[in-house]
Amino acid sequence: MTFQELLLERFETPVKVFQFMTERTEMLGELTLEHFYLIFAAAVTAIVTGVIIGVIITYNDKAALLALTICQVVMVVPSFAMLGFLLPFFGIGFKTGMLALTLYTLLPVVRNTYTGIREIPPSVLEAAKGMGMKEWRILTHIKVPLALPVIMAGFRTAVVMIIGIGAIAAYIGAGGLGELIFTGISRTQPVRIIVGAILISLMAIMADIILGRVEDHLMSKTR
Amino acid sequence: MIKLENVTKIFPGSDIPAVDNLSLDIKEGEVCVLVGPSGCGKTTTMKMINRIYDPTEGRIILGDKDIMDTNIIQLRLNIGYVIQEIGLFPHLSIEDNVATVPRELKWPKEKVKQRVDELLTLVGLEPEIYGKRRPSHLSGGQRQRVGVARAMAADPPVMLMDEPFGAVDPITRNRLQNEFLRLQEQLKKTIVFVTHDIDEAIKMGDKIAAMQEGRLIQYSDPDELLSTPKNEFVANLVGRNRSIKRLHLMHTRDVLNNDVAYVKLKTPLEEIEQKVKDSKLRAVMVLGDDNKLMGIISKEDIKREKGEVAADYYQEILNTCTDDATLNDALSVMLSYGEGFIAVTDGQERFKGIITVGDIFGVVKDDANDN
Repeated sequence: MTFQELLLERFETPVKVFQFMTERTEMLGELTLEHFYLIFAAAVTAIVTGVIIGVIITYNDKAALLALTICQVVMVVPSFAMLGFLLPFFGIGFKTGMLALTLYTLLPVVRNTYTGIREIPPSVLEAAKGMGMKEWRILTHIKVPLALPVIMAGFRTAVVMIIGIGAIAAYIGAGGLGELIFTGISRTQPVRIIVGAILISLMAIMADIILGRVEDHLMSKTR
Repeated sequence: MIKLENVTKIFPGSDIPAVDNLSLDIKEGEVCVLVGPSGCGKTTTMKMINRIYDPTEGRIILGDKDIMDTNIIQLRLNIGYVIQEIGLFPHLSIEDNVATVPRELKWPKEKVKQRVDELLTLVGLEPEIYGKRRPSHLSGGQRQRVGVARAMAADPPVMLMDEPFGAVDPITRNRLQNEFLRLQEQLKKTIVFVTHDIDEAIKMGDKIAAMQEGRLIQYSDPDELLSTPKNEFVANLVGRNRSIKRLHLMHTRDVLNNDVAYVKLKTPLEEIEQKVKDSKLRAVMVLGDDNKLMGIISKEDIKREKGEVAADYYQEILNTCTDDATLNDALSVMLSYGEGFIAVTDGQERFKGIITVGDIFGVVKDDANDN
């Protein structure tokens, strides 16, 4: 056995993984883009609706309890069950996957918007009110900007989480890197599973770093 | 200017009124201090004027209009508001904080900028240095100044101040109080000032409203409050040493002693020696151009130094104060330098005279005899 053969045997999987990644760049790129798009669409939808819900419930304690409980319940539904539940209503495909991911992102965004606004020192809000600022101005110029770092922290947790959950969305035909993993399982090709897992992890790590930067930046702007 | 007529406030879920049938008439340009122990309703009374709380009964007239008939936003935009915690917006620069109300009023950009610079200068913060900073980069006293500047931004005729100097250390508080009084002398705003500190009330107020359990007990000027407290409660509030408290009311210019030996920078040695010998203080003041106070020459200085004229002998004098300082301020400066007298100057450091410990005791004694 030559040295090269020995190496190949010892490092069979890593080499195959490497080969797969270099040979199938185009396909991998497409899947990664698809995955990214799925996450991006879900995240944007969730942050817009989440912040709106979070802001509204700061004006009513009962609504806050209700909304936060619902979000909490949604959060603990296992992802497969969630997809199974949504399937009859929305069919297979991208939309259903996106909807499921949006629901998972909602809780951290809603909760953090709510607590972020609630934690603003009362004196700041009293000063704003007492000086004659209208409620809408206080909301857009004081409350939301001050709560932004907290909102961002929740958003970051949520995004990192749904990048992982996103893989499962491939099961209902939403596309993305999950497809690699599922075909890997059905065809017993561990290399596909590993490549899928690596790319998803990389995406999650990168999202965490980038959003962490954004969070730090916002933090430095509010104190 | 501000008239409260039989105002009562009962908070929901409470049987006892926080403010009970209170009537108060505050004249234009006056500082009215609401003073009393915590829970006496002083803050609630103040906060009804800008409708943070609405009165349960009674009327509040501002100018000639019932505040309930005024648009709430318009009402508040025309009332300066300073609270103890200041409540600066932490995410905005000092400039943007001060510009809050002018921007709500949609002033043009240049006018806002001009006004902000003017105000920061007025409260002693250089706009070029502090304008772009965040509130967290300022000291407590500086933040307090920004709070006052922000409240004055649109030049409101009325200001509400809730323990505005409560959160700073005693030395800074004293300085802020003096600055505030100096500003008020020029600006003549109508001010409702809330404090639990009777000394502060006596110092700041043109009128003092002593409150207890939601009711107005006595409404009079500080002098009258000290000399003729209406009842036991007010007497306890102002405390036992009332004559000493009057030191807060009197200014150094009121008791100034200007029969003091002084020399000029060019005065020759012999004349200095003679004047020092004749002086009760065993020292002479040294004045420069325009009567500017340069320093002091004592007997010891003549022995220690060598030279021909006063300029060679004089030492810096530290126990000084301005003529708008209170006797209490003057006394504490004397005590902290361990001197029996204090040199008094005007705002431009021109020498006005001196005050000795004896002069101050004289005031306290006269007063005690009056009572």
